[in-house]
Amino acid sequence: MSVLDSKVPDGPIKDKWTKHKNNIDVVNPANKRLIDVIVVGTGLAGGSAAASLAEMGYNVKAFCYQDSPRRAHSIAAQGGINAAKNYQNDGDSTYRLFYDTVKGGDYRSREANVYRLAEVSANIIDQCVAQGVPFARDYGGLLDNRSFGGVLVSRTFYAKGQTGQQLLLGAYSAMNRQINKGKIRMHNRHEMMDLVKVDGKARGIIARNLVTGEIERHSAHAVVIASGGYGNVFFLSTNAMGSNVSAAWKIHKKGAFFANPCYTQIHPTCIPRSGDDQAKLTLMSESLRNDGRIWVPAKKEDAIAVREGKKKAIDLPEEDRDYYLERRYPAFGNLVPRDVASRAAKERCDAGFGVNNTGEAVYLDFAAAIKRYGKTEASINGLNTEDEALVIKLGTKVVESKYGNLFQMYEKITDENPYVLPMKIYPAVHYTMGGVWVDYNLMTTVEGCYAAGEANFSEHGANRLGASALMQGLADGYFVLPYTIGNYLAKEIRTGEIPTDTPEFSEAEAAVKKQIDFFINNNGTKSVDHFHRRLGKVMWDKVGMSRNAKGLNEAIAEIKQIREEFYKDVRVLGTADGLNPELEKAGRVADFLELGELFAKDALDRNESCGGHFREESVEVGGEQDGEALRDDVNYRYVAAWEYKGEPSDAVLHKEALEFNDIELKQRSYK
Amino acid sequence: MNLTLKIWRQKDSKAKGAVETYPISDISPDSSFLEMLDVLNESLILKGIVPVAFDHDCREGICGMCSLYINGEAHGPDRKVTTCQLHMRMFKDGDTITIEPFRSAGFPVVKDLVVDRSAFDKIQQAGGYVSVNTSGNTQDANAIPIPKRDADKAFDAATCIGCGACVATCKNGSAMLYVSAKVSQFSLLPQGKVEADRRALNMVGKMDELGFGNCTNTGACEVECPKGISLDNIARMNSDFLKASIISEEK
Repeated sequence: MSVLDSKVPDGPIKDKWTKHKNNIDVVNPANKRLIDVIVVGTGLAGGSAAASLAEMGYNVKAFCYQDSPRRAHSIAAQGGINAAKNYQNDGDSTYRLFYDTVKGGDYRSREANVYRLAEVSANIIDQCVAQGVPFARDYGGLLDNRSFGGVLVSRTFYAKGQTGQQLLLGAYSAMNRQINKGKIRMHNRHEMMDLVKVDGKARGIIARNLVTGEIERHSAHAVVIASGGYGNVFFLSTNAMGSNVSAAWKIHKKGAFFANPCYTQIHPTCIPRSGDDQAKLTLMSESLRNDGRIWVPAKKEDAIAVREGKKKAIDLPEEDRDYYLERRYPAFGNLVPRDVASRAAKERCDAGFGVNNTGEAVYLDFAAAIKRYGKTEASINGLNTEDEALVIKLGTKVVESKYGNLFQMYEKITDENPYVLPMKIYPAVHYTMGGVWVDYNLMTTVEGCYAAGEANFSEHGANRLGASALMQGLADGYFVLPYTIGNYLAKEIRTGEIPTDTPEFSEAEAAVKKQIDFFINNNGTKSVDHFHRRLGKVMWDKVGMSRNAKGLNEAIAEIKQIREEFYKDVRVLGTADGLNPELEKAGRVADFLELGELFAKDALDRNESCGGHFREESVEVGGEQDGEALRDDVNYRYVAAWEYKGEPSDAVLHKEALEFNDIELKQRSYK
Repeated sequence: MNLTLKIWRQKDSKAKGAVETYPISDISPDSSFLEMLDVLNESLILKGIVPVAFDHDCREGICGMCSLYINGEAHGPDRKVTTCQLHMRMFKDGDTITIEPFRSAGFPVVKDLVVDRSAFDKIQQAGGYVSVNTSGNTQDANAIPIPKRDADKAFDAATCIGCGACVATCKNGSAMLYVSAKVSQFSLLPQGKVEADRRALNMVGKMDELGFGNCTNTGACEVECPKGISLDNIARMNSDFLKASIISEEK
């Protein structure tokens, strides 16, 4: 039997969460005051968890590496948040959201977790509105919705292209209320350096004060990791520059299994890379696919002319354009899920139809939407719907009101006006569905250590649907973890304060100091970024959108090689006793260099195509689905949870078999 | 492009800083300003010089972390952008560019171009929230319709990213635009209106206590704000504050 116990409650799926909540041990308020909880990360999951736990009465110690909890990268989420409210009366329901999410994840998520997520989704919207989150509204004063990829209903709530910002500021305000009361002690500009275990239980962390360089010991009765995803293993991604895997990786090294590292979301609509000095990629929200049509030239000679600057997109007549998503997937068209849209873009560009100088870009065109909206506006206002200039002017205004900030961002980066010329976009690494393995209570395989939000693995399977990350982060932090953690903490009421002057803390602290000393004194010749870029290139070329056994084996060897060179030759200037961004980066890249190898190893193990993980060896041959990804439910219907054993190559695989009792496993067709 | 950079270097909060000059060459006009600094730092490391510390994170203009004072302007010469969204095409080949931290009594320098903006968090902690528990058992989100006009205005105020450009720009070092954005967001919404008086008093009180200056309506903050937060918010806050100070029982 597997060592992994998912602890999913018995009973019908729709009753599991209610029943579980009713059976969870509750800690009495007087005892909660005696219990400390550490929360690492202050994004949607960490921020909402910290606020909720403090509100319940626990003493919370929260940590973030940024200068304020409000800057966590959840802030950059653009498009929206899903909830099964059915305000649009289009037949949405908890079951439908559950179904779409499991199907969207290509049947590689844990059914019971996803159902719970769908169940609490509606509460999130109620909660956020009560907090003063200014969602978009219609003229009747009610909440507006839009559609996202992979679904056929309109269930996404939004605040222009800044939904993540508004939700995070909501969680931040809830935190501030508790900080003001003294229930959260906030540690800004602090980085978690290691987890401290005492008698097998998570009892604290070692943190570095990034301003003074001081190494600090912090104890607690439970530790929550909500430190986000690991997309920066690719160097170039839409993640923030500081986003890192270190907190998650440190707990992995202390016994937390790491699940499905190869499940990575390559988002189809990002601004293409422009040059070698580029440090990060910028997302253009998926919500743009509501109104934008994706295409490339139908004729190769036109594509070449466009690349050479001899022709422009607007020079090409309709019949010479290939709206390839609408052609290949008539049912979902431009709103196919992200993994499907990304692969389709890569396919066209690899075939020679790319539209920028690197050959890696496709068009996202708003001309049709501008005309459509303009006509409606003209009609509403009793104006001439045949006056093209007027229609375009009116339509541009409507598009601006919906996506204004995104269009502005695009123009600032590319110096092209997307109201006139179609945007150029290309897929980029955006989100990681894999992460720390957790049970139904969000506890990892280390007792008392929890993982929430993008840092854990459970809800999105092999592909995440748009507007589901915000939903999961807030569900975990506001509505799941604060309850499930009680089950564990109820046994801790007699423990008393955890001392930090113990051998376990000393040992962990010594190891942290040793690594810092190593970096400062290494006297190599190359910068941290040098190694990070090289790692990123291997990841993108061989462990990116399309993977095969040969490339993955090469990647494993190459990453190991880069890791060895890194330790021999990295140069970190400055000192350890103050702010030193190079030192911070060195520690993070050291962890990426280990994770990268495990990532490739996991991708090699999974010889099937599912969601964002595409193995060239596993595709449909013939028939309507020719060339599409081929899943293998007989051999790979499991969560791959890796146990740390030293070198990544020695990691041991544990399988959690996935049961689907409420959904029939099908070919994931969007045709 | 070839450029001359004059950059403020300061070892830590106690050290005396000075401007250092660094030439830099072969910069693409399509690079962002911070990518240009990445290139500089890479070259400094190779020469054994400690790289320039600057705050940055999302590089999409939304986290509010980047905070450079470029050629005498917060976030540089472009309008409605943060430093990370500023691109080198805004400069000319051969230009000399002066880069300093956001300076203000409320923002002490930590190192080089990095400043301490924790005073901003403290102002929010003094009242920048609606006092509602995260139980999930609130009423349905559509139970109270909110006129679109009010919701839109609240949203516009709520888009403040807390970067501090308004303070760095203001000759008085005032944080009025920042504080008023949060006060306005909540006082425009029925959910936040209940505590509006108390919030205005507490947040303004904390702002004064932390050493930010007064507003003399020069409007420089609005011009430099990367998110276009409107001065109307200050007017709205002043009216809330006045009302709270004079007639409210919250004092």
